[in-house]
Amino acid sequence: MIQRKKECVAMLLAGGQGSRLYALTNNIAKPAVAFGAKYRIIDFPLSNCINSGIDTVGVLTQYEPLELNEYIGNGQPWDLDRSFGGVHILSPYQAKKKSSWYEGTANAIYQNMHFMQKYNPDYVLILSGDHIYKMDYAKMLRAHKETGADCTIAAIEVPMKEASRFGILNTNPDGSIYEFEEKPKQPKSNLASMGIYIFTAKKLFQYLEADEKKPDSSKDFGKDVLPAMLNAGEKMFSYRFKGYWKDVGTIASLWESNMDLLGSDPAFDVADADWKIHSRNPLAPPEYIADTASVNNSMIALGCEIDGTVENSVLAANVVVEKGALVKDSVIMAGTVIRRGAKVVYAIIDENVTVEENAAIGQDKKENAGIAVLGRDIRVKSGASVAGGKIIDKDYEGE
Amino acid sequence: MAHSAVGVIFSNIHDENIPELSKHRTMASIPFGGRYRLIDFALSNMVNSGITTVGIVTKYNYQSLIDHLGSGKDWDLARKDGGIILLPPYSDETDVPYTNRLEALKGITGFLRHRNEEYVVISDCDGIARVDIDDLLGFHEKNGAEITMVYHEEEGAIGSSYYMTLSPDETGRVKSIKINPTLKGKNNVYVNIMVMTREFLINVIQDATVRGLSSFGKDILTKHVDTLKVYGYRFGGYYAGVNSIQKYYQHSMELLDKNVRSELFGARDIYTKVRDSAPSKYIDGAIVKNSLISDGCIVEGTVENCILFRGVKVGKGSVIKNSIIMQDTVIGTGVTLDCVITDKNVVIRDRRHLAGCTELPYFIAKGRML
Repeated sequence: MIQRKKECVAMLLAGGQGSRLYALTNNIAKPAVAFGAKYRIIDFPLSNCINSGIDTVGVLTQYEPLELNEYIGNGQPWDLDRSFGGVHILSPYQAKKKSSWYEGTANAIYQNMHFMQKYNPDYVLILSGDHIYKMDYAKMLRAHKETGADCTIAAIEVPMKEASRFGILNTNPDGSIYEFEEKPKQPKSNLASMGIYIFTAKKLFQYLEADEKKPDSSKDFGKDVLPAMLNAGEKMFSYRFKGYWKDVGTIASLWESNMDLLGSDPAFDVADADWKIHSRNPLAPPEYIADTASVNNSMIALGCEIDGTVENSVLAANVVVEKGALVKDSVIMAGTVIRRGAKVVYAIIDENVTVEENAAIGQDKKENAGIAVLGRDIRVKSGASVAGGKIIDKDYEGE
Repeated sequence: MAHSAVGVIFSNIHDENIPELSKHRTMASIPFGGRYRLIDFALSNMVNSGITTVGIVTKYNYQSLIDHLGSGKDWDLARKDGGIILLPPYSDETDVPYTNRLEALKGITGFLRHRNEEYVVISDCDGIARVDIDDLLGFHEKNGAEITMVYHEEEGAIGSSYYMTLSPDETGRVKSIKINPTLKGKNNVYVNIMVMTREFLINVIQDATVRGLSSFGKDILTKHVDTLKVYGYRFGGYYAGVNSIQKYYQHSMELLDKNVRSELFGARDIYTKVRDSAPSKYIDGAIVKNSLISDGCIVEGTVENCILFRGVKVGKGSVIKNSIIMQDTVIGTGVTLDCVITDKNVVIRDRRHLAGCTELPYFIAKGRML
């Protein structure tokens, strides 16, 4: 008989609104935001799962799930279309007795208890959909088993001055956690939680049940469940991760993370043959770089037609840069057209935007005006200019 | 789609025209245009016209084709009913695999009988064109034709070792068909796509078997053109017949023309196998002019008038001109190439200099290291 069981089930929290990405998340959830010319943020945790041998993933969506659901589809691009397991979209639903939105991260997982239990897992891996990184969860699971922990939290060292933005782990020399501080004003250590947890399934279910019964709980892992486990004396360990890990929850960090892909020895390599990043691929012919074009230090996806100048930029599928146009220090998402003579400098432009002739978007990075942002499906009128740091999400004719 | 049709694609026909590229693969799996195989164009025409069942007739060397097609999902042809159906040669102990098109068709009569679509669209892989199959079937139906053959007008000699020309009247009815005639001026050259009803095809195959006929072209089309209702469907769009390495080179380079690209790739998609390559990277100092670059490439040198397939690396200081560089070829530093075609997985070490000419591009076979 086939054993109807999965050792480890992953639960990916993808309900975040990503409000600090402003116009980029007006109609889509943060994990669906485009990244690195052909990817979306969620490709990274999904690829990490399949590359780590985890083939059962629940994706919890809530905010603007349409595009994300469509993107994930049956999971085939990540090899997650399985008859037992695979990827499943878990949206809030109406039950016989009650119906409710996901209230906090812990509540979202609690509401999908039956999904996890169907696979009778020994371990549950909790992930979030807002980070760019490559990580072998199998190694973390091995560490979890070796330490005999009830909960293992992946952690990374961050610069001390940024530590107060994170959940900070205070650990003993053996890696066990004695204190957990959520965004402390005076951090005692710079070991930040990456929001990646492995729980021994039984313990997780027990603490989720308990947390639901607490009337004043905010139903959040960081604020409620993890402190409760620590207070009760459960065995909690940190798992040190060394490598590239970036929260792309802000305009600036999204831009930086895209730039980290460039160069012959990039800070983050998406072309790593040993850790493939899978994604839904655009249907497009190879990109065409014309006689009049100049392309330098850039990443360009299929279907682009480049007649102008592209420098230090990341261009997604089917972007058009016409003759005499300039794209510099920018991230351009799929299907956007930069017309003749237009200049795009230090900007993020979302999908299917038209920047008409001689329009000017953004200001040079050195001017410190910030990154200009154009939301999807809009048109910037010819000759109009958008100052650095501006965020535009409607058709724009200038001021 | 308005018509119910099943597709049949011959993957090995005319292999001998282009031995350099078909030595280890079928005509169907010859790489073309940076990220495609020749069969992608025939298959996409069918899929874009609503055909959901395509039988692919193979004979030999079809491992690369099987690898390319997989389950058919990349063409949306992984179906419960139909989808891509590979039809390898059928032979019992006394038989050898087919030697001509009629025998090949005889070998797939089981497949044809089991389907229930009204029409059969038969296509080879050596022509690259955007043919609207639905329109073709409409033309066939309107004329009450028994066989409709697609042709295009071509000037001068044809490189192929086997070709047919049609002489249709003003209504499209074909009055004569010639095989390998000497060509002068404009001719209506058959582009190896024809349609007929499934029932008609099965009858033709049975009849030919009984009478021991061996050639579809010689014994059926040319001989019976007076009695059969054969119509010619004129295709006026871009057509690239890949029937020699020179033509392969010429037609590949035509893709650098914007009009050719928009006709082949615009409006409707050309489907192909997905490989999950990262987007291509252009490193500081790279110079790229008038070139098609597929995904997964890393360019550090100079690339002019070239087609780079997936995963090609061009090292610093190398100058690659007028060349076709296939999948995963690695070019070191200080290399110069002019009018070179490298097959897949070629390695060109530092400071090598190679040149062919446009009439005779220098060809480097699969997996070679220089």
